Formats: sequence, C-alpha cells, structure tokens
Amino acid sequence: MSLDKSVVNVSFLEVKVWRGKDDGELVSYQVPGRENQTVLDVVSEIQRSHEPSLAYRYACRVGVCGSCAMTVNGMPKWTCRTHVKKVMDDGVLTIEPLRNLPRIKDLVCDLSPFIDTWQQAGAPFCGTKTRHEAPANIDPESKARKAADAGLQCINCAVCYSACDVVSWNKDYIGPAGLNRAWTLVNDARHGERQSTFDKAFGSGGCGSCHSQGNCTRHCPIGLSPSESIAGLKKSALFGLPKV
Amino acid sequence: MHPLRNHKSYLASMGHRLSGIALTLFLPFHFLLLGSALEGASELNSLLAYSQLPLVKVAEWGLVMLLGLHLLFGVRVLFLEFTDWPTFVGREADRRQGHLVRVVVPSVICVLVLGFLFLIQAW
Repeated sequence: MSLDKSVVNVSFLEVKVWRGKDDGELVSYQVPGRENQTVLDVVSEIQRSHEPSLAYRYACRVGVCGSCAMTVNGMPKWTCRTHVKKVMDDGVLTIEPLRNLPRIKDLVCDLSPFIDTWQQAGAPFCGTKTRHEAPANIDPESKARKAADAGLQCINCAVCYSACDVVSWNKDYIGPAGLNRAWTLVNDARHGERQSTFDKAFGSGGCGSCHSQGNCTRHCPIGLSPSESIAGLKKSALFGLPKV
Repeated sequence: MHPLRNHKSYLASMGHRLSGIALTLFLPFHFLLLGSALEGASELNSLLAYSQLPLVKVAEWGLVMLLGLHLLFGVRVLFLEFTDWPTFVGREADRRQGHLVRVVVPSVICVLVLGFLFLIQAW
C-alpha cells in the first residue's frame, strides 16, 4: 500500500508487518515518520489508518504490563518502549509476532505454552504458615534473599522465551523465565516446596538443557538475568540447595 | 547472521558445541591409530607413516585446534556456572557476563598460537 508523498511534507517509514497465521506473509505499509515514535505507535497507526483488521496486543503502553512484546527487526522487544529510530534497519522496520510461540493472527501469539512452563518448573508458591502465625523473619541482606530478589521483577512478557534458541530447538525446555522463577523460589525461605521445585527445575527439560548462550539476559527489557538464575540452579545440583 | 546470534556469548556457546561434535567424529580415528600399538610396533609404525602425509598433518593440527577451543570454551562455562556472580541486580549481572565472554577472543588467539606452534613442529 502506498501514499502520494507529494501531498504531505513528511518522511515515510517502510514498515513490513506480518499478516495472517503460520502461512501468512509480510505486508508493506508506509507510515509517516515522527520525531518521537515507538514501534507500538507505528503498529497502532497502521491499524487505525491502513488496516482495521490488524490484530495486535497492548495494554499499558508504558512498559509495565509486557503485553505488547513483538519481534522487531528480528529481535524480541516491548514495542511500547522501543523507539523506531533505534531499531530501523536501512530504513525498514519489520514487525512479526514473538518467536517460539504458536501464532493466532497477525502479531498475536498464544502464550499458553509459555505460561505452562512456569508450572513445569514447579513455580507455584507454597506457603507454610497460616494467617494466625507471625510472618517469617527474613534477612533482606542474606545471600539467598538477594538472589531471590534479583529475579522477582519478571512480569511474564515472554521476551526471553522468544529470544532463546534452545527453546526453538527443544520444545520440552522450560525456558529462561520458568527457570528464573524456580530459582527465586529455591532461595525463598517461606516456600514449603523448595526441594520439589528444584527437582522439577533440574529434571527433564530443565536447567541442564541451557547452553549458556545468554540471549535471555541480553534481551530482558527490565534487565533481569535468567542466565545467572540458571547458573545458580546448575550449581545447586552439585552443592545442594542454597542456605536460606 | 541473525541478530539474535550475533554476539560473543552465542558464538562461544556454539563454538563449544560444534568443536565437541567435531572432536567426537575425529577422536575415534586417533584412538584407532594409538590402539594399533597393541598389535605390535610394526603395525603402529606402518600407520604412523601416514602421519607424514601433509593432509594428515593438517588433520592433526585441526584436532589440536578443536581441543584447545573446546577446553577454553569449557572454562568459560565453568566460570559462568561455578563462580558467584555479583549480587547486583540485572544489568550489572549482564555486564559481568560481558566480561566473562571476553574470554572468547583471547581463547581463539591462544588456540591459533598453539595450532601454529604445533604446525611448525609437525613440519
């Protein structure tokens, strides 16, 4: 689809957007370039001005919810926090759904397999105290608590899962986010199933499948380090669970 | 190269795996040669005569290079998995990993030097 550029005094971006499901294709659009413009702004403009049936997800628009994650020029990113100028490749912007997840339509993919990995990693928190008991006394400066705190901010955006090549090779692999969650629980003194969580995280498809490529840490939009969490799980396999 | 794979940590990881696979393919022939010693000196000497062929020398040089690469990339993994990462959160840990993957360039240089010395000695 093209516009008559002579009638508007603005530069245009060449934007290729994935349309359809697995057998879909990249469709080109021309979108006015602006001084401050995120990739999500571009997708919204295409949906409002060119293609009303374009399917995509977003909610907060400010990097809190993580629902607008897409593949931008080959890299998984939060589109609301990605400036167009920083990711343009030879004047072209290619936007696709996240990798390693089943596609539903256009830029929307099914996150169920990703959410399932959290269960696979033994992620549900199991408290040991009732509401009638005093809260656990946790030293915030302890090594275990710091290790747990380091991974707690994950908001399940699936960017690391999409970036990981091992996930694309091995569908049984839990992936960085699930293992990161398991590591936070293994270091949590209040969690009643620490050994069980570790056993699942170290079992089939667990931390032993990680190849230390580091894509998860490189791409986490909030700077978490699942690589470090996975390394901690591997170390625990030899030296036992961390002291809490 | 795909942008997801164009970084040192990924290259080190793949270098470790691919050199391991190549060693798995190559080492049986190496052990076959050594095993011939069990059948007597003449058997071993007749096979060692092949080691004077330039192609065999280059192949043995390749074996030394692969062993060196596999060793040094293995050391990288041991560092990643057995040393305590700083208790900083997020990006700081990322920088730490960045420091660790700098082992890649020195590793490749070490292996090239080692391979060069081997080649001089072999010829």
